[in-house]
Amino acid sequence: MSVRRLAPKELQPASFTFAPETLAWAKAQIAKYPPGRQASAAIPILWRVQEEHAGWVSEAAIRAVADLLGMPYIRMLEIATFYTMFQLQPVGKKAHIQVCGTTPCRLRGADDIIKVCQSRIHHEPFHLSKDGNFSWEEVECLGACVNAPMVLIWKDTYEDLTRGFASGNPSKPGPQNGRQFSAPLGGPTTLKEFT
Amino acid sequence: MTKLVIDGKEIDVPPEFTLLQACEAAGAEIPRFCYHERLSIAGNCRMCLVEIKGGPKPVASCAWGVRDCRPGPKGEPPVISTRSPMVKKAREGVMEFLLINHPLDCPICDQGGECDLQDQAMGYGVDSSRFAENKRAVEDKYLGALVKTSMNRCIQCTRCVRFAAEVCGVPELGATGRGEDMEITTYLESALSSELQGNLVDICPVGALTSKPYAFAARPWELGKTQSIDVMDGVGSAIRVDTRGREVMRILPRVNEAVNEEWISDKTRHVVDGLRAQRLDRPYIRENGQLYPASWFEAFDAIAAKIARSDGKRIGAIAGDLAAVEEMFALKELLGKYGSVNLAVQGGDAFDPKAGRASYIFNPTIAGIEQADALLIVGSNPRREAAVLNARIRKRWRSGQLKIGLIGARADLTYPYDYLGAGTDSLSELAAGKHSFADALKGAKHPIVLVGTGATARHDGAAVVALAAKLAVDFGAAKPDWNGFAVLHDTASRVGALDIGFAGGAGGLSAAQMTTFGTLDVLFLLGADEIKVPDGTFVVYIGTHGDRGAHRADVILPGAAYTEKSGIYVNTEGRVQMANRAAFPPGEAREDWAIIRALSDVLGKKLPYDSLFALRQALFRTAPHLMRVDRIETGNADDIKTLAGKGGNLEKAPFKTSVEDFYLTNPIARASAVMAECSRLASGKMLTAAE
Repeated sequence: MSVRRLAPKELQPASFTFAPETLAWAKAQIAKYPPGRQASAAIPILWRVQEEHAGWVSEAAIRAVADLLGMPYIRMLEIATFYTMFQLQPVGKKAHIQVCGTTPCRLRGADDIIKVCQSRIHHEPFHLSKDGNFSWEEVECLGACVNAPMVLIWKDTYEDLTRGFASGNPSKPGPQNGRQFSAPLGGPTTLKEFT
Repeated sequence: MTKLVIDGKEIDVPPEFTLLQACEAAGAEIPRFCYHERLSIAGNCRMCLVEIKGGPKPVASCAWGVRDCRPGPKGEPPVISTRSPMVKKAREGVMEFLLINHPLDCPICDQGGECDLQDQAMGYGVDSSRFAENKRAVEDKYLGALVKTSMNRCIQCTRCVRFAAEVCGVPELGATGRGEDMEITTYLESALSSELQGNLVDICPVGALTSKPYAFAARPWELGKTQSIDVMDGVGSAIRVDTRGREVMRILPRVNEAVNEEWISDKTRHVVDGLRAQRLDRPYIRENGQLYPASWFEAFDAIAAKIARSDGKRIGAIAGDLAAVEEMFALKELLGKYGSVNLAVQGGDAFDPKAGRASYIFNPTIAGIEQADALLIVGSNPRREAAVLNARIRKRWRSGQLKIGLIGARADLTYPYDYLGAGTDSLSELAAGKHSFADALKGAKHPIVLVGTGATARHDGAAVVALAAKLAVDFGAAKPDWNGFAVLHDTASRVGALDIGFAGGAGGLSAAQMTTFGTLDVLFLLGADEIKVPDGTFVVYIGTHGDRGAHRADVILPGAAYTEKSGIYVNTEGRVQMANRAAFPPGEAREDWAIIRALSDVLGKKLPYDSLFALRQALFRTAPHLMRVDRIETGNADDIKTLAGKGGNLEKAPFKTSVEDFYLTNPIARASAVMAECSRLASGKMLTAAE
């Protein structure tokens, strides 16, 4: 893991405002907790803010969420820098590709996937491609080891990948080699008959 | 009580104790970094590991409750070992991990010689490193004018984060990132805004946070250490003055549970450079509007010539914020020989020493704040007027069920309060029971009515004090077993002055009258700088710094600052404390009592004491309670009932805090460049907050 810092000033938007429906949703989240414990809603609200604002959390957004929850700014910054699911710099407009790099995926060829990302998007993780549409990072295990190697794009996982996954066509989420979920490739091998 | 066997010694401790406390009670020494007895428990440094018999691994004793220890199979008390080979090995392992990323820069580190990590590495460190990989490197952070950072040295104990959030009440520090990359910082590296931030340096167990003004100035082992008392506010914090040769190098807190626990405010700690700058080191005489250096005898002769031509009734004296009791006593006796009772202490006009001690001290005592269950603050901003006392209020508030009401200017006091109003009208309404907070006060067992200098230093101060006393009596704050009438003085000299009757008594003039045009011929200023003396009065200034008083003076007699003399100070709760001499006054400056004694000789009204000891003997004859150092002579609760009956005319103006700028309240602080920088940072912060 590397030091997680906020994006430089020139990338930061000047201000942040909640959309009315986001605010209503956030208020509903806060209401789940007893009075004085609004801070418990910090992570869901910050994550929703990330989803709605180009997939990353800006400094202005951190302050806005902290103000909404009555928390000191530094406490919100601690949360945003602690959890790697919060992106602190702009990510690709079309896709931010999170490549699983933990052992099972490594053994099944995550290196190749990373090489593809490096050659097609940017040599370094967390950097935008030239057109600004893509960015990538290596993440820890995403829990789909049986379908290794795999990547996560927004909320969808793309599994059983080969080098060819970057062919340009938006593919369907799930296993890319034709199998159903994590069932054996080429159909069932056990329990084929009912008795 | 729970029985434990610690290192073979059976001990009985309360079940709410942690294992670390139990081990200390058994006399075992437990090394620690993150644990601090006045902060919440973090349990993240793992240095305090001990072995519990039957447990699979050592446990962090700071975070392990005594009641969580399992008894033996036959119900024997739990057996704990703090010195077994397993414990030693575990601690050595922890220490090795801590030292992996800690730089070996002790020779250039300001913490060297008083560093917890250095000390404990002597006990648990290994001689060489097995770590061949790259060390972590962390950028230094900007934290303001007082705290210097060296973040490579940080061992991530998070004491500073907890201190800022819990004691200061200003949650500005935090730990960003995670794991090895965790970094201590403020939000976007803004300066800290707490008045207690200097304590971060003490609380840091390594050299990551060090004192910026004291950086690379001295080593702890080359300093002379003098235990003394702080005079920057009315709290009278216990301090240790560290000197090298003639120079005061730094000021550190001492533990005094009854007053300052172990904290001191930034003004107390960092006023040091003010003791060197702008000093008056020789007498001066004003001729044709210009001040010229003079000898002591020329200065004394000039005063004698002036006094010979004036009536005794037209001589007066005003004592400043930093005056010790001895010199006020000597000056009082000197003026008494001329038949003058025109005595006053700055901001003390509202109080009458004859009304009894209870009428002007902080009766519930500072430690007593922790018993309070309702607190009414009238015309005060304790955060600025007595920062350490404010930390005590916050400590009480954090433990729950304390209702706080404020009448006066709105301010961030670091704890929430009910805002009841701005001025005397609100106070009258509350006294009449017209506010819901009145019920809270009435229902409280130990209510405190805190009256600040912002309320008492006005023209109608005496009436405000009387009304506050009436309120205290009506709401049951002035009972024989609980006296909750608390006057919070913002200066170190005022209670002492009132104790010896250095105040306008029968026929005497008040400070306000003395500073009216045409009332006085000669006015002695004993370090009084916050008053405006009218034209035509001959001013004798006895003080330490070339400040406002010296600018107005006709004769300047250079005195000794509080670190340069032994003196008795009485804090706001009436506690008698003795400040000790750590250094010598500069140049021809002398101790203030000696100046007054020498002057009395020239004036032909020789005071009957040749030594400080003899002066104190005379002082103790008139005010015997000053003999009992570190004690409080309790006030009589009946005096408050008498005071309550006094009444008086109230003005409608809202209360203002008496301390507009925390960092620049007295001549020493105004001479300090560090305080000026702090003041600049603080005002910048206030400007952005107001936008």
